[in-house]
Amino acid sequence: MSFSSSLRSLTRQRVVPRLRSITGVQTIQRRHASFYNVDLAGLTEEQLEFRNAVTEFAQKEVAPRAADIDRSNNFPSDLWEKMGNMGLLGITVAPEYGGLQLGYFNHTLAMEELSRASGSVALSYGAHSNLCVNQIHRWGTKAQKEKYLPDLVSGKKVGSLAMSEPESGSDVVSMKLRADKVEGGYKLNGNKFWITNGPTASTLVVYAKTAPEKGSKGITAFIIEKTFPGFSTHQKLDKFGMRGSDTCELVFEDCFVPEENILGEVNKGAAVLMSGLDLERLVLSGGPLGLMQAAFDYAVEYVHDRKQFGQPVGTFQLMQAKVADMYTKMNASRSYVYGVARACDAGKVSRRDCAGAILYSTEKAIEVALEAQQCLGGNGYINDYPVGRILRDSRLYAVGAGTQEIRRMLIGREFNMDFKDRL
Amino acid sequence: MRPTASRLLNILVPVKRTIDYAVKIRVNPDQKGVDLNVKHSMNPFDEIAVEEAVRLREKLKDAVKSIKVVTIGGTKSQETLRTALAMGADSGIHVSLADSDPTPEPLGVAKALRAVIEREKAKTPVDLVILGKQAIDDDSSQTGQMLAGLLNWPQATFASKLVVDAEKKEANVTREIDGGLEELKCRLPLVVTTDLRLNEPRYASLPNIMKAKKKPIEKITPADLGVDLAPRLETLKVAEPPKRVGGGKVENVDQLIEKLKEAGITAVKA
Repeated sequence: MSFSSSLRSLTRQRVVPRLRSITGVQTIQRRHASFYNVDLAGLTEEQLEFRNAVTEFAQKEVAPRAADIDRSNNFPSDLWEKMGNMGLLGITVAPEYGGLQLGYFNHTLAMEELSRASGSVALSYGAHSNLCVNQIHRWGTKAQKEKYLPDLVSGKKVGSLAMSEPESGSDVVSMKLRADKVEGGYKLNGNKFWITNGPTASTLVVYAKTAPEKGSKGITAFIIEKTFPGFSTHQKLDKFGMRGSDTCELVFEDCFVPEENILGEVNKGAAVLMSGLDLERLVLSGGPLGLMQAAFDYAVEYVHDRKQFGQPVGTFQLMQAKVADMYTKMNASRSYVYGVARACDAGKVSRRDCAGAILYSTEKAIEVALEAQQCLGGNGYINDYPVGRILRDSRLYAVGAGTQEIRRMLIGREFNMDFKDRL
Repeated sequence: MRPTASRLLNILVPVKRTIDYAVKIRVNPDQKGVDLNVKHSMNPFDEIAVEEAVRLREKLKDAVKSIKVVTIGGTKSQETLRTALAMGADSGIHVSLADSDPTPEPLGVAKALRAVIEREKAKTPVDLVILGKQAIDDDSSQTGQMLAGLLNWPQATFASKLVVDAEKKEANVTREIDGGLEELKCRLPLVVTTDLRLNEPRYASLPNIMKAKKKPIEKITPADLGVDLAPRLETLKVAEPPKRVGGGKVENVDQLIEKLKEAGITAVKA
C-alpha cells in the first residue's frame, strides 16, 4: 500500500466517514467533498478564505458527531468552547469583546457551513450567536456588553433568546409574561416556550410585558441570568428534528431582574424584537442552504454509486430530473440569500427580502431533502443514512424563527404599505 | 534566566501545496498527469511540521526567535503560506514560479532551500529546519535528506518526537524505523522530517486567519536564489494501479504453500 493511501486511512477523518456495511446495503465512497458552486457564490477572496476555514472546522469537529447528536438528542457541551476558540461565536461582535467585527454575510456563511455538518448544531449556534449575542451587542449598554459578551463569545457561557410562549407564537406581541416593577428592578411571572438552548443557557434575552394594557408598546427586553432566583426550566422537549439542539420551556416565578439588566428602554422592547427579527431571518437562512447542500451532495454521489439494471441509477432520466431540480432549487435559493446578505452588509436591510430569503430557502430545503430521500430509495428510509435526519431538520425552519405563513403575510403587507394611499 | 541572543532559535519550515488528501485522484486522458482541477491544500506532513514549530515556541517561549515558512510555487502557493501564518508562523517567503512551470523536484527544492538558508544567515541564521517527511503527490521522501547532505548538517528523519534544548543547542529525536523506535541525540543546526505521529495539527482559527493577513510574505524568484529548478526527470506515463482482483481461500497450510509456489514465491535462504 503506498504511503499516500496509508496516510488516508490513518489521518483524522475530515470527509464524511464511510458508512459501515449492513447486510445487503452498499457503502458509498465520496469522490467530491461538495458540489457547492464557488463560482456562482461570487464570494470575495476574504469570504472564501473565511468559508474554507469554517468548513474545515465543521467537517472535522461537527460532521462526524452529527448522527450521534441526533440519536442521543444531546448537544455536546465541549462544542461551545471549540466554536468559541475558532472565533465563530462573535462574528459580528466588536473586537473589544473578543469578536471579529465582520458582516452578516460572514455570519450567514458560517451558519450555512455548520448546518451542512449538522442542522441541530447550527440551530443552537444561530440562537446563541445571532439571537442572543447580536441583540446584546446591538442594544446593550457598555456595562452590559462588558459583563455578558466576553463569556458568550468565548463559549464559556451559552446564550439564548425567549419571546414565544405556549399561547403566543405567531402573535408574539400578545405575550403574557409579566414584568412588574418592584424595588430595584422587576419581578417576572409566566412562561416561555420552544426556547432553543433553554436547558443550558446561562444568559438569556427575554421579552416581557411591563405594561400589558399598552399591548405592543408595553414590551421590555431583559437580560436574564440562569442563577436569578425564581428562574427555572422544564425538561428538554422531544422533537421531530433538530434533535440535539436542546429546547425547553422556561418558567418564571417571581423572578427578580435588577434595573440594570433592561436591554434597550422600558416599553420599547418591540423595536428591539422586530429589528432583530430581520437579521435573524437572514442569518438563519444559512441553515436551510446548508441542509440542502448536505442532502444534495449525498444524494448525487449515491445515485452514481447505486447500480440497477446494469447502470448507475443516476443515468435514468427520471433520476436526472431529480438531480436537476435539487441542484437548481438549491442554487436559486442561495443566490437570493446571498443577494440579501450583501444588501444588509451595505446597510440596506429590507424586511420583505429578509423574510423572503428564509421563506424561499426553507421551502426549497424541505423539497430538496424530500427528493434526496427519494433518490436513496429504500435506503432513504433507514436511519443509518443521513438524509432522513436532514429532512427532519429542514422542517424546523417552516415553523422556527417564524412560520411560512407569517413570512408570506409580512411580505404581502409590505407591498400593501407601498400602495397605502390607494387602500 | 532569559536566554542570551546567541541561544535564540530560528526555525525554518518549508511547506508544499498539494492536492488535498481526501480527493480521489483521476488520471488525465493523455496519461501524462493527474487532474489538477481539484481542491488543494498544505501537504499534511508539512502541517505537522508547522504545528511542531509552533509547539516548540509554546514550550520554549522566548527561546524561539522566529518561525519562517517558505514555499516554492505559483500564485496559489501563497494561500499555503497564509495557512501556515494563521497556524502561528511569523513570516513567509514565497519563491515564486510561473503558474505553468512544472513542480520542482526534490533536488531542486533542496538546492533552493539551501540558498534561502544562505540568504538568512546574516540576520536570522536558521538553527532548525522542519520538513514533512514526504509530499503526498510524489511520495519522494528525498528533500529533507538531500538538504541535510547539501548543507552538511545532521538529519533526523521520520521523527515521532522532538525535544529541543535551546541552551545546549541540542535535540533529542525519536525516529520511527522498521524495527521500532530509535532515539538520536543531534546537534543544532539540524534537519528534521516529520512523521505522522509527531503531533496533530491545529486548524487555523478565524481570529488567527485575520491576524495572519498582516504578517509579511517576501516574494523572490529562483533567479534571486541563483537556483535552476528545471526538472531532470521526464514523466513517460501515468496510469492507475491495476484493479484489485479477488483472492481465494485455502483450506490448510499445505495448500497455502502450493499456492505460494505457483505464484513463484520461494522460501528465503536462511
